[in-house]
Amino acid sequence: MNAEPSAALANLTPRPGVPKPDPVLVLDEVRRSFGGLQAVAVEHLEVPRGATTALIGPNGAGKTTLFNVLTGFDRADSGTWAFDGRSLQGRRAHQIARAGMVRTFQLTKALGRLTLLDNMLLAAPGQSGERITGALLGRWRAQEAKHRAQAEDLLDRFGLAPLRHDLAGTLSGGQRKLLEMARALMARPRLLMLDEPMAGVNPALRQSLLDHIREICRRGTTVLFIEHDMDVVMGSSHWVIVMSAGRVIAEGPPAAVGSNRDVIDAYLGRHHGEAAGR
Amino acid sequence: MDILKVLTDSLRAAVGVPAAAYALAAVGLNVHFGYTGLLNFGHVAFMMMGAYGTAVTVDQGGPLWLGLLVGVGLAVALGLLLGIPTLRLRADYLAIVTIAAAEILRYVARSNTLEPLTRGVFGIQQFADPFYTLNPIPPGRYGFGTFNFSHRQLWVILVGWTAVALLLLLLTALLRSPWGRVLKAIREDEDAARSLGKNVFAYKIQSLVLGGVIGAFAGMLLAIDTQAVNPDTFISILTFFAYTVLILGGPGRILAPVVGAVLFWFLLQFADGFLREALAAGWLGSALEGNDIAAIRFALVGLGLILLMVLRPQGILGSREELLTDER
Repeated sequence: MNAEPSAALANLTPRPGVPKPDPVLVLDEVRRSFGGLQAVAVEHLEVPRGATTALIGPNGAGKTTLFNVLTGFDRADSGTWAFDGRSLQGRRAHQIARAGMVRTFQLTKALGRLTLLDNMLLAAPGQSGERITGALLGRWRAQEAKHRAQAEDLLDRFGLAPLRHDLAGTLSGGQRKLLEMARALMARPRLLMLDEPMAGVNPALRQSLLDHIREICRRGTTVLFIEHDMDVVMGSSHWVIVMSAGRVIAEGPPAAVGSNRDVIDAYLGRHHGEAAGR
Repeated sequence: MDILKVLTDSLRAAVGVPAAAYALAAVGLNVHFGYTGLLNFGHVAFMMMGAYGTAVTVDQGGPLWLGLLVGVGLAVALGLLLGIPTLRLRADYLAIVTIAAAEILRYVARSNTLEPLTRGVFGIQQFADPFYTLNPIPPGRYGFGTFNFSHRQLWVILVGWTAVALLLLLLTALLRSPWGRVLKAIREDEDAARSLGKNVFAYKIQSLVLGGVIGAFAGMLLAIDTQAVNPDTFISILTFFAYTVLILGGPGRILAPVVGAVLFWFLLQFADGFLREALAAGWLGSALEGNDIAAIRFALVGLGLILLMVLRPQGILGSREELLTDER
């Protein structure tokens, strides 16, 4: 693991809302409720730049809802958040993606009847051929060739190059996760947000996905990923944020969070120790 | 039984003006449904805009070219009007709104209020004479034996199929471009397209307007061919015939509308001619009357479609592989 981000974060007090030296994303009073259920109620949260941050919490903690709100796939009831100092609340999903915050989905969204290569090419930003006039003028071909080379490199890195002319719909579940990660990178994000990249993936591939996440961060892209399983994040993240019932209940380096009383309570229930002692 | 006559009649229908018009309509639907995944159940409304735009303008004393432009303009306006409120919503809302809009527009064209423009239920006739004076083909009949067309028919057929060919060339260029790739991505999963920075709403509007204008061309061709527009021509069944044509050919394939339209009209005319001949030869006894045939030929085409869906659900040109990945 890259030592640098860990070192920069090591001296911070592990408490919810602690300010980071160089945050890429800053949230204030972000709230979202569904009827009577307060799904997200984050008072203050900063995501460190250049690091891999894990967002963990038990089922129903509001992790995916927070992702949806931040990326424009859902509306916040209130609150503000800034990405690289630029306010993004109220922006639509595609504007947020163009701003550099690119997300993936818990249930993979491979574009089944497009080839892997087309899946990748779609994600390239700033394509002149994506405007109807540009498409007709045909001057997009040089740009397309450049994107194609980038796409092939990325597919190669994720071990999908031999399948590049296959339809994405023919991929296995794990391969779809890889494709989605590669595709998100093709969009050249400054913050890559992965929603449960390891969900439904067999243990062998899980390790490979973790290696890829580490590699993405090492190459300079900030990563924020949701994970359900606490053990997974221990070896693969520089910083861990824990949510429960919509709130951030703890954050800190993985080791500190793993032994945090509130976190164990959130995962196992408040009275687990007493019950065992009886 | 004169099977040769049945076959030549079927061939005439397969390349005739209605086949070209249905092909055009299906080209528009292919942009909507085949490439963008938009469920437009009111395609006939776009056809009606083209037909009435042309007929009313000429009837009011305007030139034909202006009528064609008005038809295109009305189709663009309808696309925006239908798309802006519904395309942010789930796919089924567009289906509901378009099918209702098509019926509303038909009743508006029938209404007394608009009678000075549309001539209500009587419709407008004989507005396309300028089109036929442009006909460069010398009078006469052209073809081989009984497979022939008058110079007037041939002129409309040529213009119709040329329009189909030009539009297919244009669409091939568009759909192979990154623009077309975004449309297909929206068809597959619009949230994925959004998450990669694509303005899904803007693309859907463009698709709806482009396909709608192509649908308007189909309406213009039908109107010019018959020299008549009437509100009750533009009933919802026309939309579903266009879907039939498209599904026969295979949605999402560039040539599907052509293959589908040719096949649809061939089968329809063949069923019709065959039944009539069989009736005349006394093979059907008293089970059928001449009046039943018009209905029964559609039943036979329906049966053919069911068989196609069982044996080749992806359509004539569709790919089996794509169909299978779709089911996952």
